[in-house]
Amino acid sequence: MSADVRFMKGNEAIAEAAIRAGLQGYFGYPITPQSEIVEYLAIEEPKHDYVLLQAESEVASANMVYGGAAAGARVMTSTSSPGFSLMQEGVSYIACAQLPCLFVNVARGGPGLGTIQASQGDYFQAVKGGGHGDYRLIVLAPNSVQEMVDYCILGFELADQYRTPALVLTDGSIGQMMEKVVLPPPIAYKPNKPWATTGKPQDRERNAITSLYIESEEMEAVNNELQAKYKAISENEVRYEGYNLDDAEVVLVAYGVTSRVCRKVVDLGRDNGMKVGLLRPQTLWPYPTAAISELADESRVKLFMSVEMSAGQMVEDVRLAVEGRKPVHFYGRTGGIIPTPEEIINAIKAQL
Amino acid sequence: MLQEMVFAGFGGQGVLSMGKLLAYAAMKEGREISWMPSYGPEMRGGTANCVVNISDERIASPVGSMFDVAVVLNLPSLHKFESVVKPGGVLIWESSTIKEPPTRTDINVHALPAIEKASNELKNVKVMNMLVLGALVGIMDIVKKESLIVALEDTLPKRHHKLIPLNEKAIELGMSLVSSGA
Amino acid sequence: MTAREGYKVVAKRPSTLLDKRMHYCPGCFHSTVHKLMMELVEEMEIQDKIVGVCPVGCSVFAYEYMNIDMQEAAHGRAAAVATGVKRMLPDKLVFSYQGDGDLAAIGTAETIHACNRGENFTFIFINNGIYGMTGGQMAPTTLEGQRTSTSPYGRDVAKVGYPLRMAEMVANFEGVAYSQRVTCTNPAETRRCKRAIKKAFEMQMKGLGTTFIEVASNCPSGWKCTPEESVTWIEDKMLPYFPLGVFKDVTKKEKKAEA
Repeated sequence: MSADVRFMKGNEAIAEAAIRAGLQGYFGYPITPQSEIVEYLAIEEPKHDYVLLQAESEVASANMVYGGAAAGARVMTSTSSPGFSLMQEGVSYIACAQLPCLFVNVARGGPGLGTIQASQGDYFQAVKGGGHGDYRLIVLAPNSVQEMVDYCILGFELADQYRTPALVLTDGSIGQMMEKVVLPPPIAYKPNKPWATTGKPQDRERNAITSLYIESEEMEAVNNELQAKYKAISENEVRYEGYNLDDAEVVLVAYGVTSRVCRKVVDLGRDNGMKVGLLRPQTLWPYPTAAISELADESRVKLFMSVEMSAGQMVEDVRLAVEGRKPVHFYGRTGGIIPTPEEIINAIKAQL
Repeated sequence: MLQEMVFAGFGGQGVLSMGKLLAYAAMKEGREISWMPSYGPEMRGGTANCVVNISDERIASPVGSMFDVAVVLNLPSLHKFESVVKPGGVLIWESSTIKEPPTRTDINVHALPAIEKASNELKNVKVMNMLVLGALVGIMDIVKKESLIVALEDTLPKRHHKLIPLNEKAIELGMSLVSSGA
Repeated sequence: MTAREGYKVVAKRPSTLLDKRMHYCPGCFHSTVHKLMMELVEEMEIQDKIVGVCPVGCSVFAYEYMNIDMQEAAHGRAAAVATGVKRMLPDKLVFSYQGDGDLAAIGTAETIHACNRGENFTFIFINNGIYGMTGGQMAPTTLEGQRTSTSPYGRDVAKVGYPLRMAEMVANFEGVAYSQRVTCTNPAETRRCKRAIKKAFEMQMKGLGTTFIEVASNCPSGWKCTPEESVTWIEDKMLPYFPLGVFKDVTKKEKKAEA
């Protein structure tokens, strides 16, 4: 069988990938710049078995995802920044109740109502919490339409494997961009979720899905269980990509669409005699802290620079990894502006 | 080789679909591609643009600041993009409606009265974008004309396939206009 | 359970209700309604078919007592959670069990939209006109002039608005198949309450749409009275404003059409 190659928008591709991953339920509320996801699923719905429901709000969507995930189904929602803020209540409950599901945030510029243009200003929200309590999301950051497909499927798989919510954190530019994608064949999804609330048969105890543990000792035990899980994820699921790092003196750290621009910066820099390399986190949590730390030990490395479409968020994690051994600089644009290679080169030159 | 191109004009002039079609045709020829639209309120009647990259290798940045090719179909787009064409690059501008010609001399400027030609010779101004695309591939040899036709067949809904011959004519007219030095 | 010699069993804990000491205050109707529901689960033999969603409020621990699969929802979101469950498990019997703060204040949007979509699950709405769990604050269904810890001089409707009549409100939605207000103030009303829930479950099994049972309930602790006085208070104060009755029944309409 020849490969299924298509020319697709990022938003369409992630929707198609979800279908091929065996999606059973999508609950969402339209918001720019990700509405093509629900629109695509609406068009494809008659050909497949999944349930598509346009909810009354993102608050409701996230809680429908909670109910569907607890019923044992492969469920997801997608939104953009202001909508993801509204979902944080549900995200916290889902994390504590240990329910596998997929969130997609096609981020736009904030704060507030902001702009519908692309942004990476939701990094803190995605990797440091967002909702209340001690929890983590597995955060995958695609930088191409192909990775929208790959990480959607990976997100579902990791969510099931660890019984935890996963988040694809992308942005409006990747959601709206069209590229070539190779689509994988559909997965015959057979969930094995003995904990799910599907109606209590005679031969098992009742299943109760909850995030309520009123006794302190019990709540601490649940927290310890979560932290043990997060430790396992941290040890096993860090993903990153290096580009020309072997002899790099300047290490750029960038994810998502910014990492694409930085790849060009690496080439441009090297054309101009600057030994620039790029470390691209593919998982934002767990973060490639160890990889950055190893680079900080290399005497040839002069400086790090985190390049973001934010006012400086991921740079904090770079600093935590570098632990003061090398200077860590930041270059960023906000408001939906994608930095150009030339301005990044100039920012590097200013530090050398 | 990487070719960075920007297509710009009023919403409704078909600049986004022009870029999409070119990218799709290049993909069919086995090349790496990216298509990045400007999106948002400007889509509704304002100025729209898209950036198309075509390369033999993995495309780094889907956006850029300097372009090998700029195709501009209205005056605001000419103002915005004339200055960001790389020296030696190509600028195609719609000369039947834009009344202020470009001034740069270090780039290859092609005036194309696409709207007028589409209205007068094809009796359909809607295929103006295909005429421009024809002119572009006539000048640059980015993709084969046949690939553009395949792209039309693959991307147009079946009910619009009856329009493919007209689109093909528009592409051919565009190609002939640049070969005859128009 | 077998009867002691010389005695006849007239009431017992259904097997579907776990043998646990409930945290509910003496005289609270929550325990009554829990028991009625679990009797129905036993009688209708639906233990393997039913999935419940409990709220935030006094009944937050309902899953500790009901021996069925259950989910605990965030405050006000039970209708959204139940929607997710029912959409994924359309062949199961799904209910949400919610109090007045949950269903009619913080979760009003979820309630209304689930009803309007005709989500095919059953709302069990325990309306006692007060926030019991958090210590007796004013609810959206607190009566005019009723004293609570946040309306110490009585509910001033000019300032905070009027008590919401949910059973009447949801009856207006096309998606709602059945809406009834019941109570448990005496054995006859308690039996009527059970019949109402049974009817709702049966209608859900037929896929007729949203079914909504509001129970005019009590809160002896929050109302600062004895259980007995709370029953009198329901009858004298609550029921005139929240009348008992069926506000919508699509099966009745069908019958009329046939006749």
